[in-house]
Amino acid sequence: MALADLTITDAAAGLRSGAHTSVDLTEAVLERASMTEAEIHAYLTIDREAALEAASGADQELASGHDRGTLHGIPIALKDNMCQRGVETTAASQILAGYRPPYDATVVTRLRNAGSVLIGKANLDEFAMGSSTENSAYGPTRNPWDTGRVPGGSSGGSAAAVAAGSALGALGSDTGGSIRQPGSLCGVVGMKPTYGTVSRYGLIAFASSLDQIGPITRTVDDAVALLQGITGHDPLDATSWAGEYPELASELDAGVAGKRIGVVTEFGGEGYEPAVTAALTSTLDQLSDAGADIVEVSLPTVELALSAYYLIAPAECSANLARFDGIRYGLRLEGETTEEMMARTRAQGFGPEVIRRILLGTYALSAGYYDAFYGQAHKARTVLRNEFAAAYEQVDVLMSPTSPTVAFPFDAKSDPLSMYLSDVCTIPSNLSGDPAISVPVGLDDQGLPLGVQVMAPAMGEPVMFAVAKEIERLAGFDARPRMVQELA
Amino acid sequence: MTETAAWEPVIGIEVHVELATQSKMFCGCAVGFGNDPNTNVCPTCLALPGALPVTNGRAIEWITKIGLALNCEISEWSVFHRKNYFYADLPKNYQISQFDIPVCHDGWLDVDADGETVRIGIERAHQEEDTGKSLHIGDGGRIHAATETLLDFNRAGVPLVEVVSKPDIRSAAQARAYAQTLREVVAELDVSDARLEEGSIRFDANISVRRGPEAEFGTKVEIKNMNSFRSLERAVDFEIKRQIAELESGGTVIQETRHWDEEAGVTSSMRTKEGSSDYRYFTEPDLVPIVVSPAWREEIRATLPELPHQRKARYAGLGVDSQTSLALSSADPQLRDLFDGAISAGADSRSAANWITGEIVAWMRREETDSIELTPEHLAEMLAMIDGNELSASAAKDVLDGLLRGEGTARQVAESRDLLQMTDAGAIESAVDAVLAENPDAVERYQGGEQKVVGFLVGQVMRATQGKADPKAVNVLLREKLS
Repeated sequence: MALADLTITDAAAGLRSGAHTSVDLTEAVLERASMTEAEIHAYLTIDREAALEAASGADQELASGHDRGTLHGIPIALKDNMCQRGVETTAASQILAGYRPPYDATVVTRLRNAGSVLIGKANLDEFAMGSSTENSAYGPTRNPWDTGRVPGGSSGGSAAAVAAGSALGALGSDTGGSIRQPGSLCGVVGMKPTYGTVSRYGLIAFASSLDQIGPITRTVDDAVALLQGITGHDPLDATSWAGEYPELASELDAGVAGKRIGVVTEFGGEGYEPAVTAALTSTLDQLSDAGADIVEVSLPTVELALSAYYLIAPAECSANLARFDGIRYGLRLEGETTEEMMARTRAQGFGPEVIRRILLGTYALSAGYYDAFYGQAHKARTVLRNEFAAAYEQVDVLMSPTSPTVAFPFDAKSDPLSMYLSDVCTIPSNLSGDPAISVPVGLDDQGLPLGVQVMAPAMGEPVMFAVAKEIERLAGFDARPRMVQELA
Repeated sequence: MTETAAWEPVIGIEVHVELATQSKMFCGCAVGFGNDPNTNVCPTCLALPGALPVTNGRAIEWITKIGLALNCEISEWSVFHRKNYFYADLPKNYQISQFDIPVCHDGWLDVDADGETVRIGIERAHQEEDTGKSLHIGDGGRIHAATETLLDFNRAGVPLVEVVSKPDIRSAAQARAYAQTLREVVAELDVSDARLEEGSIRFDANISVRRGPEAEFGTKVEIKNMNSFRSLERAVDFEIKRQIAELESGGTVIQETRHWDEEAGVTSSMRTKEGSSDYRYFTEPDLVPIVVSPAWREEIRATLPELPHQRKARYAGLGVDSQTSLALSSADPQLRDLFDGAISAGADSRSAANWITGEIVAWMRREETDSIELTPEHLAEMLAMIDGNELSASAAKDVLDGLLRGEGTARQVAESRDLLQMTDAGAIESAVDAVLAENPDAVERYQGGEQKVVGFLVGQVMRATQGKADPKAVNVLLREKLS
């Protein structure tokens, strides 16, 4: 297997057995990027020299016996909404064109401390608002499985890079499914951790109460390893969990025998592609055969989740994005007055979807509308949380499709509402703050990846990973995009 | 009631107090006045993309202290909100503030004005952050004609406590007294520099007038830009008169914000508030609720110092007259400690207060020093020596000088400076006899009915004894001998 197609776990083993060096791995993914980027456009920035320098440093450390663990010397991509000191960070927006942060996000610091090699900044929907990466101001990312189709979003660049072999793993951010849905559409593992377990410091905020950074990898083991490298309390993030963290891998090989798995009945039917439903059904059958107890669970309030999300997330983003005013950094258009300068800068600097959400959120928070919109949405969120909590009294994990559809063609969802429906299965876990993971289980008859989602209660990562790993084992999914097979 | 019930002003005051914590409200930047522009800044207070706020626990302790000093209820659990508005000196274009659940609410403050004590209700005191400062360049610094605006974010994110009074204030003098008293409290708590001239304490007033205490509130006007207590009083007074004149001439008061022009002595319209501004408040999702547990609250309460009005009341209880107690309660804290110490050491409270606010303050001013070596025990000792006729009032001033310079106990100073009064009756009597013998003319005049000549004779005895005889005793003795 080509070095660029190794799992993190295998690459880490090879670094220690002397099969290859970090420089070999890094050159391999950079080489792969040089072959795929013209078509895929997974990256907004590739920092080739810094990556090779970091790789060489990792090799020296490993050679001298200074072993920082599994991520040491592993090439990783960062979604471009995470600040990396001195490296252009735009969140795929014109308004941040040329912006170089003077500080590292906490996840970046942690990856550096873990010895990872940072390859570059992956493309996304502008400010992580979208489900296809078509909203990037710098052009869309294409799906390595079919370059006529989207990779999903908003972490489309991260998922496409991992699928294409231009990174061994990547970080994405997930506000309503932005890690899991592109993971599903690109045939890779995408995982959203429990809210508060990965620091948001240095993540360019979309919706603060929903945003969470997580891993995108080729295997569940790799997701555990990458999450291990970035999780933990951070005093710079007031919402960071300060209590005990579960041992992520503690149940990893426990299988599913005796576990109760709930199938959310509301996630199915109209709008779900038959192949998607079939993939879930066959996965559940396999799990049942492996000894799991499959039960149907109804969460009636998930029907309101999408509506609640599209009030809460825009409301928060309307304030979070207010700082982009042309005064201190980024784009500035001149104006006769300060107000005119701000208005012109924002009108020019933000793309249409970002403007739509700022307007939605501003409206939802306005006097006279607050109670009917934002206030109601919060009530729905509370009810939904309680429903999830009650469900987890009955079952260990919940399951659903990750996305109602496989990867769709470009411009197929130009109507915003149809695009918003892409996240119908993933949004509830953001509202509840619980962890969830998408695991690839197969391909549809067009050769496009299919994923299933496993959801667990807060801090339930160990059981979630256990079920995910069993799904992965039972599915035996090891297909790679044709373009990758041809290159390798 | 028909026609003319007298106009009654209804005034509420908002006070912004910058806390003098070491670091800002939501980041580790230093809080300081007068640093070079944009030197106390970081990703968080500059609102760089991705940066997050973390609450300064010391600020929460201090706002709780302020709330307790203002007799407020302290919320066990309160939340930060985002107050959204676009302004160049507000880096995030929202201010982290509090909305429906402030840290402190429902308190009061007693203030003295127009010869009476009035209790002004405190609606709330909430925690927020300060903005940066704009400097408008070109055309005299006026915002609308400026060609450039420079921004300094050193102040952005400095902890700010907003104290909102109830509309209980009824005159310009009360408004001033309220502001002054509140400043004294904050200064006493040592949580703010509380300097008007540096903007670390700022006042806005909401004013309306109505026909008598039973009438509905009138339309209120907010006035800004009062930079001293005097300008606050003048501005409120002006605005009350302006509104009354407006209404009496058949006009209406419009709800607006008005700017106080100190030089012209008038308020002028800044902008009309169409309804109230819509700040689209919502819970700050980057922060967790503020928790002040009852246990922590009581710990904080235990650290409260004696507040100025409490001190005045205590002094009054000790028999100190109101003017002296006012002087003492606002005196240098070391002098108040000296007073309390002297009382503990047995001194008479009135004498101690008089000596401290009189001679000691005068000495410090004359010597241009804040440093005094006087101990409470020595002051008490000196006062006892005066009572025991061992020191004359004038000799005591001399002793005090020695005590303030640390020359020893009162007795040691009196001895070394040779200031003790003569207490030996025989010695005084022989001095008196000698003076009478030397001044037969005076004796004759006295016996001829010229009483006032005794003064001359007392003076002669004092001279003969180098001032150490007790003049009262000499006087009595002389009259005995002459009669």
